[in-house]
Parts: sequence; C-alpha cells; structure tokens
Amino acid sequence: MSTATAIPPVINDPTVLIPKKLARARPLFDPEIISRALKGSFVKLNPAILWKNPVIFVVEVGAFVTTIFLVRDAFAGAAGIGFTLQIAVWLWFTVLFANFAEAMAEARGKAQADSLRKTKTDSIAKRYTSGGKIDEVPASKLRSGDTVLCETGDIIPGDGEVIDGIATIDESVITGESAPVIRESGGDRSAVTGGTRVLSDQVKVKITSNPGETFLDRMIALVEGAERQKTPNEIALNILIAGLTLIFLLAVITLQPFAAFSVASAGAGSVPSVAVLVALLVCLIPTTIGGLLSAIGIAGMDRVMQHNVLAMSGRAVEASGDVNTLLLDKTGTITMGNRQAVEFLAVAGVAEATLADAAQLSSLADETPEGRSVVVLAKEKYNLRGREVGEQEANFIPFSAYTRMSGVDISGRHLRKGATEAIINFVREQGGRVPPNFLDLSERVSRSGGTPLAVCDGAQLLGIIHLKDIVKGGMKERIGQLRAMGIRSVMITGDNPLTAAAIASEAGVDDFLAQATPKDKLEYIKREQGEGRLVAMTGDGTNDAPALAQADVGLAMNTGTMAAKEAGNMVDLDSNPTKLIEVVAIGKQLLITRGALTTFSIANDVAKYFAIIPAMFMVTYPALANLNVMHLHTAQSAVLSAVIFNALIIIALVPLALRGVKYRPQGAAGLLRRNLMIYGIGGLIAPFPGIWVIDQILVFLRLA
Amino acid sequence: MTASGVLQIVVYFLILLALTKPVGTFMARLFAGERTFLHPLFRPLERLIYKLSGVREETEQRWTQYAASLLAFSIAGFVFAYLIQRLQGILPLNPQHFGAAGAPPSATPVTPDLAFNTAASFVTNTNWQSYSGESTFSYLVQMAALTVQNFVSAAAGIAVAIALIRGFARQQMTSIGNFWVDITRATLYLLLPLSVVGALFLCSQGVLQNLHANTVVKTVEGALQSIPQGPVASQEAIKMVGTNGGGFFGANSAHPFENPTPLTNFVQMLMIFVIPAGLTYTFGKMVRDTRQGWAIFAACSVMFLAGVFIAYPAEQAGNPILAHHGIRSSPTAGQPGGNMEGKEVRFGIASSALFAVITTDASCGAVNGMHDSYTPLGGLVPLFNIETGEVIFGGTGAGMYGILLYAILAVFIAGLMVGRTPEYIGKKIEQKEVKMAMLALIATAASTLVFSGISSVATFDWDHSKYLNPPPATLKPAPASSVPPTANLNNSGPHGFSEILYAYSSATGNNGSAFGGINTNTPWYNATMGAAMLIGRFLFLLPLLAAAGSLAGKKKVPATSGTFPTHGPLFVCLLVGTVVIVGALTFFPALSLGPIVEHFLMYSGKLFT
Repeated sequence: MSTATAIPPVINDPTVLIPKKLARARPLFDPEIISRALKGSFVKLNPAILWKNPVIFVVEVGAFVTTIFLVRDAFAGAAGIGFTLQIAVWLWFTVLFANFAEAMAEARGKAQADSLRKTKTDSIAKRYTSGGKIDEVPASKLRSGDTVLCETGDIIPGDGEVIDGIATIDESVITGESAPVIRESGGDRSAVTGGTRVLSDQVKVKITSNPGETFLDRMIALVEGAERQKTPNEIALNILIAGLTLIFLLAVITLQPFAAFSVASAGAGSVPSVAVLVALLVCLIPTTIGGLLSAIGIAGMDRVMQHNVLAMSGRAVEASGDVNTLLLDKTGTITMGNRQAVEFLAVAGVAEATLADAAQLSSLADETPEGRSVVVLAKEKYNLRGREVGEQEANFIPFSAYTRMSGVDISGRHLRKGATEAIINFVREQGGRVPPNFLDLSERVSRSGGTPLAVCDGAQLLGIIHLKDIVKGGMKERIGQLRAMGIRSVMITGDNPLTAAAIASEAGVDDFLAQATPKDKLEYIKREQGEGRLVAMTGDGTNDAPALAQADVGLAMNTGTMAAKEAGNMVDLDSNPTKLIEVVAIGKQLLITRGALTTFSIANDVAKYFAIIPAMFMVTYPALANLNVMHLHTAQSAVLSAVIFNALIIIALVPLALRGVKYRPQGAAGLLRRNLMIYGIGGLIAPFPGIWVIDQILVFLRLA
Repeated sequence: MTASGVLQIVVYFLILLALTKPVGTFMARLFAGERTFLHPLFRPLERLIYKLSGVREETEQRWTQYAASLLAFSIAGFVFAYLIQRLQGILPLNPQHFGAAGAPPSATPVTPDLAFNTAASFVTNTNWQSYSGESTFSYLVQMAALTVQNFVSAAAGIAVAIALIRGFARQQMTSIGNFWVDITRATLYLLLPLSVVGALFLCSQGVLQNLHANTVVKTVEGALQSIPQGPVASQEAIKMVGTNGGGFFGANSAHPFENPTPLTNFVQMLMIFVIPAGLTYTFGKMVRDTRQGWAIFAACSVMFLAGVFIAYPAEQAGNPILAHHGIRSSPTAGQPGGNMEGKEVRFGIASSALFAVITTDASCGAVNGMHDSYTPLGGLVPLFNIETGEVIFGGTGAGMYGILLYAILAVFIAGLMVGRTPEYIGKKIEQKEVKMAMLALIATAASTLVFSGISSVATFDWDHSKYLNPPPATLKPAPASSVPPTANLNNSGPHGFSEILYAYSSATGNNGSAFGGINTNTPWYNATMGAAMLIGRFLFLLPLLAAAGSLAGKKKVPATSGTFPTHGPLFVCLLVGTVVIVGALTFFPALSLGPIVEHFLMYSGKLFT
C-alpha cells in the first residue's frame, strides 16, 4: 500500500495551505446573497446604525450637507448645480458601496444560517420519567439533565451524552459529511448533537443543554453574526482610522480660512464651495478600509466556517494568526492513525518468508489496522495471499491486555505474535529458547522509533515484525512551511522519548513532548505562554479540556466530548486535527487583508491631493496647475473623478475583502516586501491612472 | 552645489555617525544606573541632591506618577519663570535697568502676555522668542529663568524618551523609572558637562561671557552705538546641546557674539544633534538589540540628508528672477552665488542651509540665517521638518519619543501585512498604544492648523484700549474699524501665509525658530502661540508616557521568522514613508497655499513683497 492514497485530499499539494474546494463554499456572486445585500445597504443608511462606523458616518454627514446645499442652490437657481448634484450622488454612492460590502459579508453568513435553520425541526423526544417510563414531549420542552431514548430513525432532540448503548448516527446536518459515525457510551465518543439522526440501534442520551442553547443554535447564531463582537485588533484599527478621519477633518476645515486668506491676498478666485470641501474630505478619509473593515472580519469567520470549523469568536480567528507554537498530537495529526508493519526481521537461521508466512497466518483474524497491515505487507513482499481459514480448522486466540499477544492454533501449530516480553515468556513456557540476535533486532526496531512485535511458532522464535508510525505524506513540507511562517510545531505523544524522538525527526517538528499526560500538556502551554508565546492545540478527550481552555487557540474535534468542545474556542466539524494548520493560515490571511487594505487606503490619498488641490485653486493660484500632474481637464472634472474613483475602489475591492488576499506561507520579511510593493507602492500609483481614466470618460460624456 | 559645500555636509554627517555610539553607550549606562567615567566627579553631588530634596533613588514610579512629577516640575518652572520676568525691575543683576526707572528707551516692556509666552516657551523647550533678549531681559532672568529652563526642559525631554524606551525594554512591570532621578542624571552627567566643555570652546573662539552693562562707543561717524554684553557662552552651549535654540541676542546664531566663526558654526551644529543621534543608539542598547537603534538612526539620516539635499541646491540655485535680470547666480571663486539674502557671509550657503535643516530636524530653533529669506523650497524643508513633528533625530529626547510614535504607527499600519497582530520590539501594539499615538498626532495637528486658520482670517479691533493685535508702527491707521489679519505680516500672498503657518508650526512643534517677517509680540500671538507650545509639548508627551506604561506591563513576544523585522532597510523605508506621508497628508493643503505655490510662482516670475 502506498502512503499517498491515504492522505486526505487537502494536503495533496503541500504548497497550498488553504485548499480551494470546500464543502460549504458559496459562489461570491450568488444572486440571492446579492439581492439581500442590496437591501441591506439601504437599511444601513440609518444614522443610528451607521454611526458605529465613524469613517462612513462622516461620509454620510458630508453627503447630507452637500444635498442640503444642493437643494438650497436649486431653489436659488444658482449656476453649476449639475456639478453639485453629481458630487452629492457620488457621495451617497460611497456610503451605499461601503454598506454593501458589509451587507454582503453578513448576507453570506445569513445564507449559511438559513440552510442550517432549515434542518432544525422540532422533533418529539422520548423522555424517561422519574418512574423509568417514557413519555413523549416536544424537544423544546427538554431541559438539561433529562434522559431520552433515541431509536433508529429518530432525530436526537438535544445535545447530550450517550449514557447507554451504541448507535450509528448521521451527523451530516452539522458536518456536511454523509458517512455515519458511531456514538457509544463511555469514552471519548459519547457526545451527540441535537438535530442529528440515529441510523441504527438505540441509545439512551442524557441531555446537557437547554433549548435555544444547543450546539446547532450556537452554530446558527455564530454564522449569522448575531454574536459578532469587534476583535481587539479591529478596535485598534478603528481607532486609527477614526483618528485619521479627525486629522483630515481638521486639514479640510482649516483649508477654508487658509483659502479665504489666499483669495483675499491674490484678489482672484473664490473660496472652495462646501461641495468641493466635502469631496476633498471624503477622498482623504480612509473610506476604503473604513467601508471594508467589518466585511473583512465577517468574511474571515465565514472562511473558517467554509473549512467546516466553527469559531466561537472572531478573537479566536485573529489569535490563530498570531500563534507561535502549535501543539500537534502525534497520532492522527502527524502520523496516520495507526502503526503499520513495514519490515520482517527474522532471527538467524529462519528464512524471512517463513516469518512472513507465520506472521500473516497469525494475523488473519486480527481486524486491527496493525493486524491487517501485517497481512498486506506479507502479500506485497512475499506474494503470500491471504488465506480463507475457516473457524473449524483454526482456533483464533484474540488479543487480551493480560496476555498481550494474539494468534492462531492451526494444524497443530501455535502461532503467536505480540509484545516481545510476552512472546519470550510464551516461548520459554513451551520449552524454547531465545536466539542470540533476537534481542538485538528488537532493540534496533525500538531505537528507530518503531514498535517490535515478536512472532513465534510454538517454542521457536521466528523474528520480529517492525511496526512503524507512518508520518502522513506532505507533513514534513507543511511543518517546514510553519517554520518559515515562524511557528514552532511541537509533537505531543504518549510514546517513550526514544520512539518520540525518532518520529519527531522524521516529521521535522521542532520539539516533542514524550510520555505526555494531560497535565504535562497544560504545563507546556503555560510555560510557552509565560515566555510570551501564543499556543494553539487540538484535542478531543475530556482530559484535554483544561489544556484546550488554556491554549490561545483550542480546536476541539466534533467527535470529542462535550467538555472538550466547550473548553476550546473552535470546533472542527470534520474532526481532522491537521485542520489546525489551515486555521492558522486563515487567521494570518485575515490580518494581512486588513493591513493591505489599510495601507492601500492611506497610500491612495496622495494622488487625490494632486487631483483636488490644483483644481480648488485654479483661479486663485493658476501656478498650482503644476501640481496637476494627471492633466485633468477642468477643476470640476478633477474633483468629480477623484470622488468617483474613491467610491468605485470600495466596490472593486469587495471581492478581495471577502476572499482575503493571496497568502503564501513564507517568512515575515518576504511577505512584507511583497505586500508593501503591491498595496503600498501599488496604492500610491494606482489612483493616478484610475482618476485620469475617469476624467477622460467624464469629459467624453460631457458630465464635467 | 559646490564641492566644498557638499564636503562640509559629508564631513558633518560622518562625525555625527562617529559620535553616535559612544554618546549612546554613555547614556544607556547612565540611565540604567551603571557607573560611568563621570561618576567619581558627580556622584557625591547627585547623592546630595537626592538627600536635600528627599528623592528616594531606588523607588520607581508608575507612568501616572512619572507624568505627575513631570507636570508638577514644569508648572513650578513655569510659575517661577513668569514671576521673575515680571519682577525683574526690582531684582538684582540688571545693569540695564529693564522693567525699572532708567531703562533704555528701546527696551521691550515685559507685558503679562509676553511673560506668559516666554515662560511657556522655555518650559516646553521651545524657546520661541517674541522679544530680543538684549533689549528685554536682565541677566538674572536670562540666567536664573531662561538658562535653567534650557537645562531642565531638555533633561525632561530626555527623561520622557528614556521612560518610553524602558516601556519597550521592560516586561510585565508597572513602573517606568523615576522622573526625579532621570532628570537629575540627564542634567548632571550629560547636559552640564557638555555645556561646560562647549561654553569653554565657544569662549576660546570669541563668544562673550561677562556680566557687564552694554558698552557704549562712539562710531567713526560720531554716532553713539550700544554694544551688548553678557553671559553669552554659557547660554549658547546649552542652547545647542539642549536643542533649545533661544539665543541671547535676537539675531541668535547669526550674531557674531554668539557664533563668531565657521568653526563655532560647525561645532554648534554638532552640539544640536549629538544627544538626539546618540539616543538612537541608547534605544538599541536598552532594548538589547542595537540593530533596532541603527534602523532608527538610518531612517533619520535618510530624511536628514534628503532635506539637506533639497534645501541646499534650492538655495544655491537662487532666484531665477534675478538670474533673468542678468545677475549671475552660479558660484565663482570670489562669490558664493545663489541666494545669499538673509545669510551670514562668514557661513555661506551650504552651512546656512545645513544649519536650517538641522535646527528644524531637531526641535532646536537656533538660526544662523533668516529662514524667511530662503527660497520657497529652501523654506519648505524647515517648515515640513517641523510639521512632521521634529523626529529627524529631533529635540533632545523629544525626537526620540516622536520617532517612536511614528514607528508604532508604521508597525501598526503595515505590520498586519505579515499576518500577525502588530508588534514592535516584541511588544504588541494594541488599542491603548494606537489611541495614545493618534491622540498625540491629533493634538499637534489641531494646534498648528486651527491657530493658523484663525490667525489668517481673524480681524482685530482697531480700538487701542482693547487691542489684541497691534500692527507695527509703520502701518498707518486705517479708516476701517478693524485691522486685517495680514497687518502683522511683512509679506503678502503665499509668503505671508507661510509666515503664519511657520509661526504656529514652530510653536506647536516646540521648535522656536522663526520664519521671521511676522511681529508676534502682541497679546494675540503671545497667548495663542504660548497655548500652542503647551499643547505641542504636553499633549504630545503625556499620551506617550501612557503608552510607555502600557508597554512596560506587556510580555515580550520572542522574535521568530514570522515577526515583522524592524531592523532592516525595509523597515527604514517604511518608517520614512510613514513620517513623510502622514506629515504630507496632514499639511499638504496648507503647504500648497504657502511655499509650494510660491515656488511655482517664483518660477513663473512673481515675487511677494
């Protein structure tokens, strides 16, 4: 068996951290979403809502003031009303475009929520009464602590814990994954989620949540954005752009007296009109980032959701971009879930084929992945075919924790495989002896990070099966990428240090924690945090809960226990621990998008000054025409072009804000250089041709 | 440009570069409380000061206590300076009898508004002078009020810078140092020795140092001339090393008794930058990564040299209108060429342009020529330097905390683009820091713009009894009942506007250099500029102290390859870009109506009288 086929499709291409095809992805321009967003952009014109976004609120006030002056001028029959009208119209468009961006992001969340809500039906629960009888009540009447019976075909009425029985359950409502999962009492697979359906068998479930507080309810609220709070970085960025808005407000307001002085002194021209001053103000304040900031945040959450990860808060997504240390469980994350046989090591005097044959025979009834891998290896290496052995000819001895071995008694042979110690004891009991190089072989396997599995035929020790943890394909590359991003990856394993070190070096992780108990994990996290690092981890068991809660990003597996899910701040509905790496990449992408658009927005201002300032004082100081480097046609076309460019750029960047900027895992220096070039220098240059083109069109259409 | 001019600039820069590390190392040791080579000399005195004033050296202060100490100290200095000015007539050391019977007829009366302005000016390290020292203040005022403030206001600036650096250097601490200890050490070990050495050197070159009354001589034509005297050298040295800039004489460093030779001129320029440049290294040393300090040094150097190489060629090119009339403006062996108006012949164009750039990069404000007479571009550079907050090396301490403000902003804006929430020197830049940085920026922008705005349109009552802004005596009473805003300006049009803008920029930026051409000794200008200085100083440094407190409490995030690198050329470019773009975006409309349009007009053949 080649390892490549077993890798989940997401890591087929190790250079792509964020895969493109996603279960819950929606097209960017879904007509339904767009129509909803269009409506939303008008609703958001309400100043009571808009004032929360200071930059766009200032634009709205500016548009309002301009409109009032427009009406006044219209009644007075003043000249140049067409120009003021166009300015006013474009200012209102600027507000609408900004609203549209946010409404679009929200509508996408709402669409997700709606599709989830459709699955939420009020089912009937079979509740146990205190007398042990069953009465049927609507699921909405259930309270935490009630016990219910769920049988084949039932919808599980609420979140809970299986306390008795085992059942296959269809969780596609939550995970989007149609393959059924098994839930059973005890252990780490006991949690069931309300809204999922029992496919077979029956279980007794203890309800752990009240109606309206179930996982599905929370999920709907989260994707809908109802609980959305601004993240710390978003608040800080809001302060920055509000501060810049205030500075530009000062610059524009004081321009009025400066202009009055200049006009009086030059004896020519007039002080710029209110419409022009408002136009200048709107062009200067960071409307691009102001309009897109909340859309970026919502879209970030949405992107996480598209990866089938449920983030409990935007803060968690933001923190995942900042993660310095990633704790990765060895099993299931770094290595395939199970160890596999990779080699047969026969003792001196025994042919390898003999060993392989015995090993295969002893494993025929062994349904564990390890057992099957022995059969497969023997087939691949020695072309030994798996034989159908009937129960009547053979007596299979199952593995038990007491004997620590399994095997088969067939045609008088006693084939056994198991832990080295156990087999040695077995052989000695049978009167055999341990060949001299046997212990060497066993030692060699252990030292290379593998697990030795001894095989004997009665009193004769045949050799060792080398069981090995298989590191997932592409894992080493991904760990390398993480390192390039400045993230240390730490492998957590219950193995002994020797085995752990071997696998750690094979996977290329930076550190490992061997023989880790949940307490060790918690200590490790605290130590890292004490040194100022942010830590992310995955977990599913109840004993992971304290560590999940302590970690800055705790990704709980959906298959895990309720305790784990509540302790973490994200839940992976696919229960794929490797997802943690994608979550980190999405967090980074979110932050980069914010920074890129902020830089772009501020850099844009330079060109707008070159358009508007010479236009404002064309009559007072004709010499300022030297600053009109774009050779815009008239004062009016120049001001209008700048305002139109400013409005259109918001709409043009909506897809970027929603999708996020392209992110390649690389070091900070390279990323910064690249993004500064594109969004900094690009932002400085782009408006020049942009405004020029709009000016050409305006003149062509005789609008200015 | 001439070869000798360029050579002067290059040599200047190289010497500055060489001084940065030793001075920076000294300061880092000093403020960390380590022993320096000056300890044997000053340590007993330092202990004595603490003993007498009851300062406990080991007790550190939270940022609020630090700020309260700074404010208390400044208010006390302000009140003292105000009173001593107003009472100079009855106080000793007043050979010219200023403020008393027998004062010379040309003496400027010290009105309450002038005293307010001057007190604010010296306490804020601005040293704007609405007066000429030689005809206004007694030697006691000059020495006890002004020179003392020259020391301690500079020391306070250094203290704040050190406190902010500690914010970056420390982690999980609530305190940022002890203001009283910092200011004592800055004065005693740093400013005092530098000033003594500087003063002795200046004396050796011919700068005055006496307490005589003015010497009255009969000139060749038989007229009587009063030649000023006084303790000049002692004030001159601290004027430079403390980036104060308040001259003993009205003519400042253009006066031959303050700045007699090209050598003193060169040394004075070095004295301005030596502490600010050294502080960049101190920063690196204290945060345990000297590359961080050199990055700041590099960013400052880029902006400094860019300024010099815009201003110098503009001055050397001179006025095209004169050239048009056949006047030769290229340099010859015997003639400097270019624009020599308002410049001292003994310094020439290169040294004057260099001086102008240095004095406005730093918040010094000493001048060795009249900025008003510079070409529009030559005047634009100093004006822009001031308006960006004087962070190009900057004032003693003030430059350092100013550039750190821009570094915080640069990192916050662009730092997100590496995919992490922004960090600088391992400290997360969050709400509090951004809020404080914006507060400081808004306060200073508002002060410059709003006061300039009002002054360029406000008209004042003509009635002498409620006179806020009397025009110069040369202006004939107008028939109108109010005086136009331009009445106090020497020039009209954009040049006149530049004069107003420069005055408030200089006051808010705590620079103190004057563009000239504007009579500011009126109640209106004295009051508003005094307010601008106080805003520019305290509403700038208090938010930064708050940021220092917040930073000191944070953990340091260890640097990885995912951390925004703040020591390479990329960061230097980003920092320069942030300073220039933020400054340009705030002031471009104003500048375009002043020096920018004037520049274009000059090239189209128009001058302003």
